Amino acid sequence: MPRPIFDQIITANALLAGDVVYFTAADTWTRDMQKAEVFSDEAIAQVRLIEAMAQANVIVGAYLMPIQHTKDGHAPTHFREEFRTKGPSNYAHGKQEQSHV
Amino acid sequence: MYKYNDFDHAFVTSRNAQFREQVNRRISGALSEDEFKPLRLMNGLYLQLHAYMLRVAIPYGTLNSAQMRQLAMIADRWDKGYGHFTTRQNIQFNWTKLQDVPDILDALAEVEMHAIQTSGNTIRNVTADHFAGAAADEIADPRIYAELIRQWSTDHPEFQFLPRKFKVAVTGAKQDRAVIHAHDIGLQIIEQNGILGMRVIIGGGLGRTPMIGKVIREFVAMDDVLPYLESVVSVWNLLGRRDNKYKARIKITIHENGIDEFSRLVDERFALIRPSFQGFDQTLLSEISDAFIAPKFQRFDLSAFDARYQGDPNFRSWVDTNIMAHKQADYAIATISLKSHGETPGDASSAQMRRIADLAETYSYDELRISHEQNIVLPHVHKAHLPDVYDALRAIGLATANIGLISDIIACPGMDYCALATARSIPIAQDIATHFDALKLEHDIGPLKIKISGCINACGHHHVGHIGILGLDRAGIENYQITLGGDGTETPAIGERAGPGFGADEVIPAIERLIHFYLNERLAPSETFLECYRRLGLGPFKTALYETEQSKVRANAA
Repeated sequence: MPRPIFDQIITANALLAGDVVYFTAADTWTRDMQKAEVFSDEAIAQVRLIEAMAQANVIVGAYLMPIQHTKDGHAPTHFREEFRTKGPSNYAHGKQEQSHV
Repeated sequence: MYKYNDFDHAFVTSRNAQFREQVNRRISGALSEDEFKPLRLMNGLYLQLHAYMLRVAIPYGTLNSAQMRQLAMIADRWDKGYGHFTTRQNIQFNWTKLQDVPDILDALAEVEMHAIQTSGNTIRNVTADHFAGAAADEIADPRIYAELIRQWSTDHPEFQFLPRKFKVAVTGAKQDRAVIHAHDIGLQIIEQNGILGMRVIIGGGLGRTPMIGKVIREFVAMDDVLPYLESVVSVWNLLGRRDNKYKARIKITIHENGIDEFSRLVDERFALIRPSFQGFDQTLLSEISDAFIAPKFQRFDLSAFDARYQGDPNFRSWVDTNIMAHKQADYAIATISLKSHGETPGDASSAQMRRIADLAETYSYDELRISHEQNIVLPHVHKAHLPDVYDALRAIGLATANIGLISDIIACPGMDYCALATARSIPIAQDIATHFDALKLEHDIGPLKIKISGCINACGHHHVGHIGILGLDRAGIENYQITLGGDGTETPAIGERAGPGFGADEVIPAIERLIHFYLNERLAPSETFLECYRRLGLGPFKTALYETEQSKVRANAA
């Protein structure tokens, strides 16, 4: 498969809290995007997505999202994913109110 | 107000128990997400960008103080201390956790509330004129009929798997405050030869294919209304497209089949089912009517009101802007603006909710209304009490005198919360409100409705805004299209798209150009923005909107 333009990670929402989570190399889910497993190879990404989706008792709606590499680590390429890493802009709720961001 | 009977209590209790088990089965893994999703949606539970959102029905926007206090309790105990009032007169809690939702639903049931049919392909919460039961221009209280329709449509076995969602609105007044022309069915109570009936409008709707509803019957007698509605929904249920969700709404069915053919099929169906309605619905209607008898309005001395009105310009401005005529001349309908400049449209903190509940209990015969314009209404306030109400609202930051003005903006949650959104709405609304407040132009501009949606589904009703703003994703950047001349009242119109969209930081200057053009062009301060637009047409407004943009482009090209 051709190498995608951007590296990718897997994201979803947690089943119970509904908040944004990312899939790690240890087959677990983290609230911290920096701890997500990064895929440069599309074929590997697709296989890992199937494995992630199999954890249907933990998460909802897993999908691949592109990332870019910045001096602060990896970051979303799209503003929708940017908002998912922080929370809404009208109140300091969501991930932005928690310590790990 | 309508009170649950034993049947209602048993029904809601059993639905809540079912949903508790469904949640347990989802958490245990016995139900997959695909199996669980339609079940949670039937109970108003969405999974949004950052959390689960629970949408709670406020039937026809009517609440009492105990219900409002319970909503505040829910906000504190299971959410983040606030609630968001919506354009379907509902309330949404943005931060619920799946395992807490059954307890929240039980807490709602304690005050005769629920979240049933606030989502999914069912007949949704029936909305009504938010001044129902109080408005000076009302023929009859639409909530009586809205409650009948609610009971008929709740868990209706034929209508649980419709082609798509279905929205009904009812008004009892000539002035349309319920946007009945933009609903799947809009009902207007009218009187013909001394008999009450309904004008039935169908096939209106906003979303990606906005349409103004068409009158299918000029007059349906009250005892025929329910079988007639059932006939309309039945015909659509069979005819409506299930192959393409974007073509499933009744507006498309009517567009594709023609109103005449649709009407013929409805008449056929009506002839078939009318005999099965043997009067029970009318007995029920009569019982429901008893629940909506107007309060016994007391009389008070008006001198304190008159003195404050003459002596306090801030109070006078609030009265002139936020108070509407009540059917009792010495009473007022007081609208509490949830649009304080710079705040999120439609949001109220739990502390504000509790204080509003106190005001309803003390000054408004224990009644509250939620408007589709995302404000809260105290429907029956004696004018003598308006100074006390104003002072209390001022103390909690809710005395903004802006109803119907440029900062009284409808905004959907947009990409700050919504999984479907393509751009944010809330920050645009906040910026417009603070900008024009700083310019102190708001009252000079006069009546102006700005409505903002964060995607083409149009929850923010942008198509019927005098100025509509639609947030889109253009190549990974938020971009805002402007429509002009929309109107959601009895003179309905879908706004015309002005042209290419604007970046987020260009929206305020664009709106300002439109406003300055209007202020320069209006014949007199009494000519509203919409009247001016209708007189001049899109052309000159478009020129004003893009003048600067075009000159910038030209300058850059040179």
